[in-house]
Amino acid sequence: MSSLLAFAAPLLLAAEDGAPKEFSDGGVLAEWAWLIPVVPMVAAFAIVFIGKRSPWKGWGLATGSMAFVMIYGAILFISNLNKGITYEGSVAIGEIGTDPYGHTLGLEWGWMVDGLSIMMYLVVGLVGFLVFTYAKGYMEGDIRYTWFFASFALFGGGMLVLVSAPNLIQLIVGWELVGVSSYLLIGHYWEEHENSSAAIKAFLVNKVADVGLFIGAIIISLSVGSFRFTDIMAVIAEGDSQSALARFSFWAGVAIFIGAMGKSAQFPLHVWLPDAMAGPTPVSALMHAATMVTAGVYLIGRLFPFYNTEFFADDTRYIIIIIGTLTLFLTGLLALVANDIKKVLAYSTLSQLGYMVTAMGAGAYTAGLFHLFTHAFFKSLLFLGAGSVIHAVHSNNMSDMGGLRKYMPQTFWTFLIGSLALAGIVPLAGFWSKDEILASIQYAGQNYTTAQGGAELANFVLVVAILGAFVTAFYMTRAVSLTFFGEYKGHGHPHESPKIMTYPLIALAGFSVVAGWINIPGVIKWFTEALEARFLAPGDHHPEAINFGLAAIGTVAAVAGIAIGYFIWFADRETQKERDKFRIPVLYPLLEHKYYIDDFYMDGIVRPLRGPVARAVDWFNGHIIDLVINGTGWLAVRIARVTYWVDQRGVDGVFNASAAATGGTGGLVRLLQTGRIQQYVFLIVAGTVVLVAGFIIF
Amino acid sequence: MSSFENGWALTLIVFLPAVGAAAVLAIPKAQEEAQKWTALLFAGVSFVLSVIVAFQFDYGAADKIQFGPDSTLTWIGAINSNYAIGIDGISLPLLVLSTFMTVLSIIYSWNHWPEPHNPKVFSALILVLATGMAGTFVALDLILFFVFFEVVLLPMYFMIGIWGDRNKVTIPVLGMETEMRLYAAIKFFLFTLFGSAFMLLGFLALYFKSGLETFSMISLSGGGAERGLEGLAVWVFAALFLGFAVKVPMFPFHTWLPDAHTAAPTVGSVLLAAILLKLGTYAFVRIAIPIMPEQSQNWAPVIGILAVVGIIYASLACLAQTDMKRLIAFSSVGHMGFVMLGIATLTDIGINAAIIGMVAHGIITGLLFFLAGSMSHRYHTREMARLGGNQKLLPIMGGILGFTAMASLGLPGLAGFWGEFLSLLAAFNPLDGLSIPLFRTLMVIGAVGTVLAAGYLLWMLQKVNFGEPSDEWLEHEMHDVDGYELAAWVPLLVATLAIGVFPKIVFGATTDAVSEMVRMAFGG
Repeated sequence: MSSLLAFAAPLLLAAEDGAPKEFSDGGVLAEWAWLIPVVPMVAAFAIVFIGKRSPWKGWGLATGSMAFVMIYGAILFISNLNKGITYEGSVAIGEIGTDPYGHTLGLEWGWMVDGLSIMMYLVVGLVGFLVFTYAKGYMEGDIRYTWFFASFALFGGGMLVLVSAPNLIQLIVGWELVGVSSYLLIGHYWEEHENSSAAIKAFLVNKVADVGLFIGAIIISLSVGSFRFTDIMAVIAEGDSQSALARFSFWAGVAIFIGAMGKSAQFPLHVWLPDAMAGPTPVSALMHAATMVTAGVYLIGRLFPFYNTEFFADDTRYIIIIIGTLTLFLTGLLALVANDIKKVLAYSTLSQLGYMVTAMGAGAYTAGLFHLFTHAFFKSLLFLGAGSVIHAVHSNNMSDMGGLRKYMPQTFWTFLIGSLALAGIVPLAGFWSKDEILASIQYAGQNYTTAQGGAELANFVLVVAILGAFVTAFYMTRAVSLTFFGEYKGHGHPHESPKIMTYPLIALAGFSVVAGWINIPGVIKWFTEALEARFLAPGDHHPEAINFGLAAIGTVAAVAGIAIGYFIWFADRETQKERDKFRIPVLYPLLEHKYYIDDFYMDGIVRPLRGPVARAVDWFNGHIIDLVINGTGWLAVRIARVTYWVDQRGVDGVFNASAAATGGTGGLVRLLQTGRIQQYVFLIVAGTVVLVAGFIIF
Repeated sequence: MSSFENGWALTLIVFLPAVGAAAVLAIPKAQEEAQKWTALLFAGVSFVLSVIVAFQFDYGAADKIQFGPDSTLTWIGAINSNYAIGIDGISLPLLVLSTFMTVLSIIYSWNHWPEPHNPKVFSALILVLATGMAGTFVALDLILFFVFFEVVLLPMYFMIGIWGDRNKVTIPVLGMETEMRLYAAIKFFLFTLFGSAFMLLGFLALYFKSGLETFSMISLSGGGAERGLEGLAVWVFAALFLGFAVKVPMFPFHTWLPDAHTAAPTVGSVLLAAILLKLGTYAFVRIAIPIMPEQSQNWAPVIGILAVVGIIYASLACLAQTDMKRLIAFSSVGHMGFVMLGIATLTDIGINAAIIGMVAHGIITGLLFFLAGSMSHRYHTREMARLGGNQKLLPIMGGILGFTAMASLGLPGLAGFWGEFLSLLAAFNPLDGLSIPLFRTLMVIGAVGTVLAAGYLLWMLQKVNFGEPSDEWLEHEMHDVDGYELAAWVPLLVATLAIGVFPKIVFGATTDAVSEMVRMAFGG
């Protein structure tokens, strides 16, 4: 299998293009970067305790901490472009023992400053700051306003703990912290049973995936003898096919990827993300679109050399690319039938995460992360736009919207920019990153040795990805037209949102236009260069020039999606009858029931476990195990009673009526009430002594 | 060496509470304040001394026995049993935990007296319990250990039997109807005593049959005693195993635990969960492994399998519970499963994981039982179906419950994570000679158990905390946490976070001691 991806090995020799880049350890800037996760974390705790008395009831602390991260991230990003930074700092927090190879395993907190983490600091800080700002308007008057910002800041802190992690343990800590803040925020309106159920679903699906992450992390760290990424990379750099890590790499690779599938909501573990839309919209924008759900992609990126080096987990990339492709296509289709505007965007997020994972599977590290970067802007823009609309019409359903273009011009224009960026229309952000993914898949197809079908797979994936681009444009056209065009179908008089909400929209719209321009093949390579600062070069391939043919095909697919969408949703707007024409038998019910996957999980796993299986275990506990216990007790009492009777007869020689009465009606309970426990204790001790005597004598 | 370091410190820590118990009993019944202050004073001094010991402890020599008397103090000359006490890095965290929980229990009891009241006797029982618990962790002589191990039984028996749950239950199988407290107390007492009898048998066999004629744990360890037992060794280990496993409790010897916990008064449940369960796991680490390393290896697969069965079994049983306290009780069986899995790997990583798991479980589950007690104090029910919307009625208590449930499900960054994750980690590479495929299978199944644990705890939170409160509580005036509750709980919350963020608090003491112990037992 590994021969199939043999192209990977030479790629380890750093990036192919350009002059050697200068590197540095980042100096003071990197040494103090531990503040990046710590500041939002401290802010979160501070809000819990003094939030109601702090400026703007906690919003100030939360948003201030994100502003700090944004500025720090931007400074690091720029200095990293100038001179690549690779820095790792750590604090020891205890040793746990020695592995069989004699490595002492130590636990550490630390912070990593390199191209990948700096990019994430910038995204989390920038998008986070804008979303937090927006949330001040959106959450105004919320019953748990301060608590909301405490949880939101906890998310910021957790995400930064995750991306700054220099070792697998800290990564897991951050991973679960964002999980728990996600749980808290999805269930923010926990008065409704449905919302707390959605929160639990998100947590549990992720917990299932975490079994993979835990096992993968255990295998990798025990094979290497260290939790540190730098030590893991050092083993990979040696490239020894006989090393412990190499021998376990397939299972470790699969297990880690299962973890990534949970957080990044890959098929078939994607089911939690649509339900997660129960949370307030800013949460959906920042966590369930821009940052948290990309943690899985980030994780693969962090371990990319492991997935991209011969003898290691390169043979699991088949699985990654197949899962990614399934996700991007199947969930994209689901966006076509949703009525809830946030669900449309959620399915769209799933589909885009599928693109990112597919890119990672194709060995396109930069392309995958570039899409993560651009997607963060336009998808958070779309969510915030949807939030602005929901704020105005007090409904999530597109059937209650329509014609909002006239009432909410700023929301409309920014939403349109976001939609076009998502659809991949030149020259907006999504075009550049999606095009780079397509080019990378094509490259992988051309360079896989054909013997085992790798090329066919890559070509198939390429076709699906292009089809996916069509579907993307199609469902976004539907969403835009149902929401902003036609007649208003809701109640009341919708009006534009306040400035505190529209300004972040405008800022994000700006980024959705320009974010792609920092990585134009053959022209500007800032993003690629920024990511080159790594302890071990990822060894991927970057296209040298724009592939005009592929760009054209991608664009045609997107335009076709918009055109057909226009034909259906604009030209013959919104009569139920017309829409029904497109309800294709078999396919439509399948989509409406979300491929029956949720039903299978609930009826096939969760309900049986919580119901019959759990009750059976409980019954077994009370009736089978305790049968032995209580039966023994019963027997002991009977024997004791007989003994007592014999004793009384023997000693007194007369039938003692009172003793019989006591014995006759007594039971276990009597032991306590009559104080006869001493007798039984004595019996047991005496029995023991007899046994011991037996031991000693014989 | 000062006399403080020379055995006196530990002696005071252990016996001050017993003296306190006598003092409390000497105070006239009506003077409740004086009784409470006396109890707090003696427990408090014992706790402060244990903290001083922790600070004076030489962590550079954590594998050496410290704070023990220099000379041999004969106790029962006829059987060569001595007053041998001392601590190393393994016992230190547990000793501090036991004095810590005792103080918090007395603070909590200040205004939470279960019926039939009587603070005098109740405080005295807590103090006697404290002596037994602390004594078990410092004893280095098997007979001394046995005495302390058994001393805890009686106060707990009376706590459950007198102050316990007065609801009627029908005993399965026997069909007899009785009060829950009576059934649970007897079951707890006899079950544990049954295990102890075998344990004592094992101790006696070690004395007589190993050829060493000593009860000193130190003289017996290193494998010499085990070799002396020859063919008998397997039976001796079986006897020890039975005694310890009942106390842990391990599946299938656990059925006393849910009943005892459900019936016990709040403080009884707290101390039962926080400390009493640790006596069994501690005995595995302190006695079974060092004294009988070879049999430990033979039995490790059995222990590992039972541990993991316990994890899954308890989690499933939790899913079926409707009573909040009973759910928490069953969850203890699962958590102790992780501890036992760590021990069964017989590696330093696994045993370290087990000890931090014990400490974390003591703190977290102790707190959960406090919470369950305070909630049923207010609602007069523990039925989760009736408690919905607690977060609305008692926001602070609901928040603390949420935090503690998260800690209990092993959220990284809080104390519970380390024991759980690291025992799974240890199972990947068990001691040389143990079956690798078996332990790796156990690792995967144990990891699946973490999902179930998250499930029952989150569903518990959903039932108890979330939703709208039911109408039946509208007329009741609900008081959120009071000062005594906060005084008892905040230290636990801080400890949960502190150990989660800085596990060196525990590992700093244990790592060297465990490594040396494993090296002594298994070489390498």
